[in-house]
Amino acid sequence: MVTEAYAHVLTARRRFSDVVGPVLGLALVVVVLLWLAVNLYKDPYSFFRVMSIGITNGSLYALVALGYTLVYGILELINFAHGDVFMLGGMFAATVILDMFALGEDPSIGSLVAAILIALAVAMLACGLINATVEAVAYRPLRRAPRLAPLITAIGVSFILQDVGLVWKGSETVAMPRTLPDGAMFTIGTCPECVRYTWDRLVVLVITVPVLLLLIWLVQYTRQGKAMRATAQDKEAAAMMGINVNRTISFTFLIAGGLAGAAGVIFAFYFTTVRFDTGFTLGLIAFTAAVLGGIGNLPGAVLGALLIGLIQAFNEGLSWMAPGPNWTQSIVFGILILILVFRPQGLLGEQTPEGS
Amino acid sequence: MTQQRHGRIWRALEAAGLSGPLERWDQQSFVVRRAVTPVVIAVLVIAIAWAAGTPPSPALLVLLALTYALYMMPRTWRRIVLPVTAFVLAITYPFYLDELFAIPIFRTFPSMDTMVVMAIFTMMAIGLNIVVGYAGLLDLGYVAFYALGAYGAAWFASNHFSQVDIDIASVGRIEGVAGIHISIWLVLIIAACMTAIAGVLIGLPTLRLRGDYLAIVTLGFGEILPQIARNGDEQGLGFNLTNGPPGINPIDPPGFGGFLGDLGLPENFLLEQDRYVNFPNLMYWGAIALVLITVFSSLRLRDSRLGRAWIAIREDETAAAAMGIPLMRTKTWAYAAGAFFGGAAGTWFAAFNQGVFPDNFFFNLSVFILCMVILGGMGNVWGVIAGAAFLVYLDKEGLSNFAGWINDTVLPCDPVAQNPSNAFSAGCLNAPLLSFGIYGTIIVLVMLFRPQGLFPEERRKLEFEHGVHDQPLWDAQSGAVSTDVVEKSEDL
Repeated sequence: MVTEAYAHVLTARRRFSDVVGPVLGLALVVVVLLWLAVNLYKDPYSFFRVMSIGITNGSLYALVALGYTLVYGILELINFAHGDVFMLGGMFAATVILDMFALGEDPSIGSLVAAILIALAVAMLACGLINATVEAVAYRPLRRAPRLAPLITAIGVSFILQDVGLVWKGSETVAMPRTLPDGAMFTIGTCPECVRYTWDRLVVLVITVPVLLLLIWLVQYTRQGKAMRATAQDKEAAAMMGINVNRTISFTFLIAGGLAGAAGVIFAFYFTTVRFDTGFTLGLIAFTAAVLGGIGNLPGAVLGALLIGLIQAFNEGLSWMAPGPNWTQSIVFGILILILVFRPQGLLGEQTPEGS
Repeated sequence: MTQQRHGRIWRALEAAGLSGPLERWDQQSFVVRRAVTPVVIAVLVIAIAWAAGTPPSPALLVLLALTYALYMMPRTWRRIVLPVTAFVLAITYPFYLDELFAIPIFRTFPSMDTMVVMAIFTMMAIGLNIVVGYAGLLDLGYVAFYALGAYGAAWFASNHFSQVDIDIASVGRIEGVAGIHISIWLVLIIAACMTAIAGVLIGLPTLRLRGDYLAIVTLGFGEILPQIARNGDEQGLGFNLTNGPPGINPIDPPGFGGFLGDLGLPENFLLEQDRYVNFPNLMYWGAIALVLITVFSSLRLRDSRLGRAWIAIREDETAAAAMGIPLMRTKTWAYAAGAFFGGAAGTWFAAFNQGVFPDNFFFNLSVFILCMVILGGMGNVWGVIAGAAFLVYLDKEGLSNFAGWINDTVLPCDPVAQNPSNAFSAGCLNAPLLSFGIYGTIIVLVMLFRPQGLFPEERRKLEFEHGVHDQPLWDAQSGAVSTDVVEKSEDL
């Protein structure tokens, strides 16, 4: 509909960024790789230890990032409230750990597994329903409003959900006992000069990987997944083919909320603290991951999340020339800005949404 | 034309023999009815309140008379008289503050400190309105400009850079301590220009992004700049730029030296101790003057060639570009103008606080200012002023007063047993803790039920009713999406 007639308006700018973008990006990547190589050479053990932390965090971010990507793919809406749905998942897990099971340090395997499973079931269901309700109440009436209207609404919803968490659990950090076993699964080298891979990191992977596989199966191989992909491509055409668009969108929000709930449970068990504003920062990190991989692209979200997890861990854990945890947010947002400015389609490209 | 009356109430009135007077009332002209009705209601309410034991305060009667006069005025007069009245009331506020009556439920009128903050936030809201309301660019990082303006004051009017000793017409500096000391009046301009340049620098690479991406990028800047402020000391940067978490203080107070001081204007705002001429009042009048400048500039900008270009871009970027409007330059100007006023507001705020503290600048504040713009009505300066005044009052005093009223009258509250970190404890409501959820609720409710805001600008209202072609040119060019023109059409 918009033709080449306006091309000249942006040509000059685009040519500029076409040159600067790749050069700057390449230079940055080279610098980062050099920095990593020096660190690896200086202290290989802590390098790999930090890397395992990064992969663990990254897989957690992946669950949240997928929610952003799913929703963006289908509605082109940055669901600001997503991070706070994740926080509520953590609150559900806190309730299960503290009030239902009253777990202490190092509980028996049986009660731990039961607690994790029940927390997952409760949190995924509840967060999915919360997310779908938010969509039906707050976003659906605005589907034909100017583009920014639902985004502004999403910010409002985010604050409302934070207050829900605040009313529920108070403004202080909710602290839980360390329930996951933190003994070493295997070690490389002789400690303290060693790489310790702990059991709790394995637990995180054991939960996230099946959930990710389940999601990919759902989107790629089921009728509902096909409906989601069709709706993402063209809502009107999908409706003409007999797909109930509203129900499909609700289902997408349900799935996204479920993923956020699962992530919240893992977060609560692994980091043992949740606070009403936990979701905001983590949500932004996960959103950055989704943009990094190419928003709307499911494998991209996972890749981006792992990269962000690694970058964060390297920044906070490495010893040589690392900016340190005070600068994590700046680095993550810096990446976000650079990606949006120079490669808005992300690493894997902004494909037709839902990763087809 | 007499109105036909039906219904149970009317039959009851007829039975009571009141039908005659009521019919005569119906036969009166519209003007008479419009004039008499509010008087009758007001007299009734005051009489009931008086009978219940609260005689009306003189201030209330004056306020009611004023409102009535404005209400009865022809519309063409009101357009001039209303702003003038509001301005006079605002300027004289410190003189009649003590005479005012208690508001039911919310209890007190805003104190002078609240009024200063209110004026400063009004200025920022009008600045953000240029970006969001006029140009239609969602900026979630406005707090960055505010912070930069505040740090501008800290850099140019304090002891912070003690490596150098510069003094340009400063007042209230401690003798013998080095540092850059420039008069706050000059700093206002310097810091605002610095912030505007920062706005351009942030804007240039990002403004071609589509709206939602732009929002996120601005949010990113809004998070990064305060973090630099927090970490910008010797350990973090290797150079003490911002003095880290403790912030920078004291900042020199504003004041008039030289010729103006000789005329009798206060030489140093901080040292004035008079009942009416004191530090908060002087800062308040200064802030009001800044707000006036901001309102004037904002209105003139809106009607200028540039302002009309902003509105054109907001409504249809493609058409605007086709008409020869340079998109990037126009958008960058919107950013610079918005940032300029945000920076000046930040400077004045820092001067009022006599210091700058990095914890004052966080993301929620950006949303708070955005909420003012949305509540008041995007694009309408008067609405934005009303939104800002209301929300700042709510934030500073209203909410805690309201919670106090609820706790005293409705809830079984035991203040001693109250847990300050819980929203509800010991039967008490802790409303200030919930403030941002309340602003979030306001945002959602406004967007859902009155997206044009409480005092809509006519044009904005039409945009919400008829839809706009706000597909960004960037998308159209890269061929990513080409069918998502937003228009009102049949629901799927």
